[in-house]
Amino acid sequence: MLNKLTIKQAKEGLKKKEFSSVELTRACLDKIKQTDDKLNAFITLTEKEALEQSKKADSLLAFQGETLEAKPLLGIPIAVKDNFSTIGIRTTASSKVLDNYIPPFDSTVVAKLKKAGAVILGKTNMDAWAHGSSTETSDYGATRNPWNTSHLPGGSSGGSAASVAANQCIAAIGSETAGSIRQPASWCGVVGLKPTYGRVSRYGVVAMGSSLDSPGPITKTVEDGALILEVLAGKDPMDATTSPLPVGTYLSDLSNLNEDFVIGISDEYFITGLNPEVEKAVKKAIEKLEEMGAKIEKIKLFDPKYAIDVYTIIQRSEVSSNLARYDGIRYGNDRSFFGEEAKRRIMFGTHALSSGYYDQYYNKASQVRSVIIEDFKKAFEKVDVIVAPTSPSLALPVGSTKDQAMFGELADVLVEPSSIAGLCGINVPVRFSKSNLPIGMQIIGPQFAEKKVLQAAHKYGQETQNEEWRKKEPNL
Amino acid sequence: MKLTPIIGLEVHVELKTKSKMFCGCSADYFGKHPNTHTCPVCLGLPGALPVPNKRAIEWCIMIGLALNCDIPLFSKFDRKNYFYPDLPKGYQISQYDQPFAINGSLKLKVKNEKLKKEYEKTIRIRRVHQEEDTGKLIHQAVNGEKVSLIDFNRSGVPLVEIVTEPDFESAEEVIEYLKKLQQIVRYLGVSDANMERGEMRLEPNISLTPRISNFQFPISNENLPKYKVEVKNINSFKFVEKAINYEIIRQTEILEKGETPLQETRGFVEVSNSTVSQRTKEEASDYRYFPEPDIPPFRWIKSQISNLKSQMPELPDKKLKRFGKEYSLSPSDAEILTRQREVADYFEKAVNDGKKFKVSPKQISNYIIHKKPNMKEVLPASLVQSIVQSTRVADVGEDKLRKVIEKVVKANPKAAQDFKKGKENAIMYLVGQVMREFPQRIDAEKIKASLLAKLK
Repeated sequence: MLNKLTIKQAKEGLKKKEFSSVELTRACLDKIKQTDDKLNAFITLTEKEALEQSKKADSLLAFQGETLEAKPLLGIPIAVKDNFSTIGIRTTASSKVLDNYIPPFDSTVVAKLKKAGAVILGKTNMDAWAHGSSTETSDYGATRNPWNTSHLPGGSSGGSAASVAANQCIAAIGSETAGSIRQPASWCGVVGLKPTYGRVSRYGVVAMGSSLDSPGPITKTVEDGALILEVLAGKDPMDATTSPLPVGTYLSDLSNLNEDFVIGISDEYFITGLNPEVEKAVKKAIEKLEEMGAKIEKIKLFDPKYAIDVYTIIQRSEVSSNLARYDGIRYGNDRSFFGEEAKRRIMFGTHALSSGYYDQYYNKASQVRSVIIEDFKKAFEKVDVIVAPTSPSLALPVGSTKDQAMFGELADVLVEPSSIAGLCGINVPVRFSKSNLPIGMQIIGPQFAEKKVLQAAHKYGQETQNEEWRKKEPNL
Repeated sequence: MKLTPIIGLEVHVELKTKSKMFCGCSADYFGKHPNTHTCPVCLGLPGALPVPNKRAIEWCIMIGLALNCDIPLFSKFDRKNYFYPDLPKGYQISQYDQPFAINGSLKLKVKNEKLKKEYEKTIRIRRVHQEEDTGKLIHQAVNGEKVSLIDFNRSGVPLVEIVTEPDFESAEEVIEYLKKLQQIVRYLGVSDANMERGEMRLEPNISLTPRISNFQFPISNENLPKYKVEVKNINSFKFVEKAINYEIIRQTEILEKGETPLQETRGFVEVSNSTVSQRTKEEASDYRYFPEPDIPPFRWIKSQISNLKSQMPELPDKKLKRFGKEYSLSPSDAEILTRQREVADYFEKAVNDGKKFKVSPKQISNYIIHKKPNMKEVLPASLVQSIVQSTRVADVGEDKLRKVIEKVVKANPKAAQDFKKGKENAIMYLVGQVMREFPQRIDAEKIKASLLAKLK
């Protein structure tokens, strides 16, 4: 059952030669073959390439020492969301428009994973163009939630989250525009880290909302998330919006949480309609954090509902422009191959940017966005991080998005404010519902405060690691 | 009804940076095999991102400074969304409401051939902004089938757009402005502005208005005509003149019938020297501009701009004035020498080299203007040597000179007599005759002096 290992465990085993990377990779591939009929987490499986990469990793693993330090993911099988360009491997972003598109270049994230020695298992399913929070808008069929396959995994990084939860891989990569890492991580009961906008390069990630897109890890533990972030973060000469700030020592400082750590709680995030089980579980987790020594501070934030309008306008405007290049001339399939959701967003965004409407919509939204950024800035003068539920609901049944044009926006209401402010945030599982579906809590930090967020999440994970619910596994 | 043309101008200048505007591909695309200067960025592949070319932006700002523009301390790129097969991203990265340079001006000296007068005029520059070029469509037959092919080598090459206010009233003024603009960008070394290669592209917009009593340029916005005709596809100064003059006649005819010309975009047709309608106002695109999210905005500090200013070479107007003053050149000679920066630099080097040989700037100027030396082959120092040699005076002994003078005076008694009778010109004839007796060049003044002594 090598596929169940965390990165940390797998690294130790590889180092001690308890197993090889080929064996580890095979275990994951076997699990994928055994379960993916039910889950549909993968769009493209790169078995041949993965085995080649793992063989190469095995020969490098013999060197140990510096090689292991220089290649922190050496021999670790990782699944990558299908909106990350992979050289020679088709990259569809779950849209039939790109059904035959094989990129001639690697996204920076994939290049960094490869440089760190990772084995790429394949490309995971997602909402088409990352438009959605369910994976139901994928042109390759919805992914199912491993905890209950008649439920959705969330999205848009649903394939990656489901794959990690089902132990098809050791870890996965997702991307979040507003919720697309944290929300599926919450619904699938795994750790999902959305880094600060500009912390991880977007180069080669099929663009959705360009001023929001943030690639990040989806992992089994907080520690694994810290490790992957260290590999991925940093200034990229190919992405002008990446920050030159030095990359933090996320992993080595993981346990160095300040004694006088202050957690902000805002009533505005415990919204009407919040699933009572979610509310209870998150409140309980907050109590646990207090027991751990954190100081809890009540703060007042803007009602997250305002973020929905802002996010919807800005994201759809950017989408309408980003999808213009798929004009039928170069990618084989023309614009009739766009799904309903993409068409809706293109029309919405085109209208919002039209002459005479720009001031009313895009400009206004940008102004409110600044106000929301200020609101968080003020809050973070008093608190280190903010804790809230990640999703207002449990994983919803398959079919829930039908005729729900604003489904994603409502499912992501609690993550949208921090996304439009470009903040970092992480989802950690806190327990299960009576119906055996995972519940997640998010920890939001200021821009580039990934270290703090990871430390708090890690502390919570350590304190609760022996709780009974942690031992659960999806029954597939 | 007396009508006056009101003309504004948009000029695109392609910068000669090594790499393209937003990627590392070579910007030297002209005549290269199609689609060999491309990468994911300039092909607009999914996920590729633009990273702005620092040199190109500096050059754009320098053009702005050369045109006396203000450089706002905040600027940004915007997306201009429209569909065209040669536009791989479905939008062009350009600048909308906050360009790199605004509110400039350029002073012109215009010669009116008809009225035989010269006058000065200042053209206001509305803005100078940065953008990227598109690919190129090639329509040809492949295996007998007519197809359209796309060459993306030009895609992403840096362009600077310079927009004037509607301050021109004739094709002459426009041509003068264009020549001057071309000269400035060449002086700055930021573009070759070669029209045939499409490195400089012109789009005049033309309308006509009745000349009212207190009429004068610049025309306030509320007094501008209610329509405007833009002409595209012009690739030479000659054609811009023809297009403007054609439009003036065409629009005059419409206005004289009491109608208003359509607001439209027209294309220039070389074979007929006329313009044809391409797109009317109703069909005008809505470009849905919005701030380019892939490129953070620019916040300059004043020292960055003054630093750029200090890096700029001396510009033609200033150089022309200085040449006149410093080297005592006539305005027309100074103008010829400063037309191209290379010639001006060559001249100044030669002047410097000529100092120790007592060769004057005037001699050098004359030599360059009249003998047109090949400046690529003849070094300024060699040019000075040529002048020295051509004016060197052989030192013949006084005795020898006296003997020759005696011989010449004897052989030309009539000329000697004429001089004595007061015919001043006769002396120059005798000087010439003396010179002919020597194989080498001799100082004419010296011969003249000796001749005068002999004849007195």
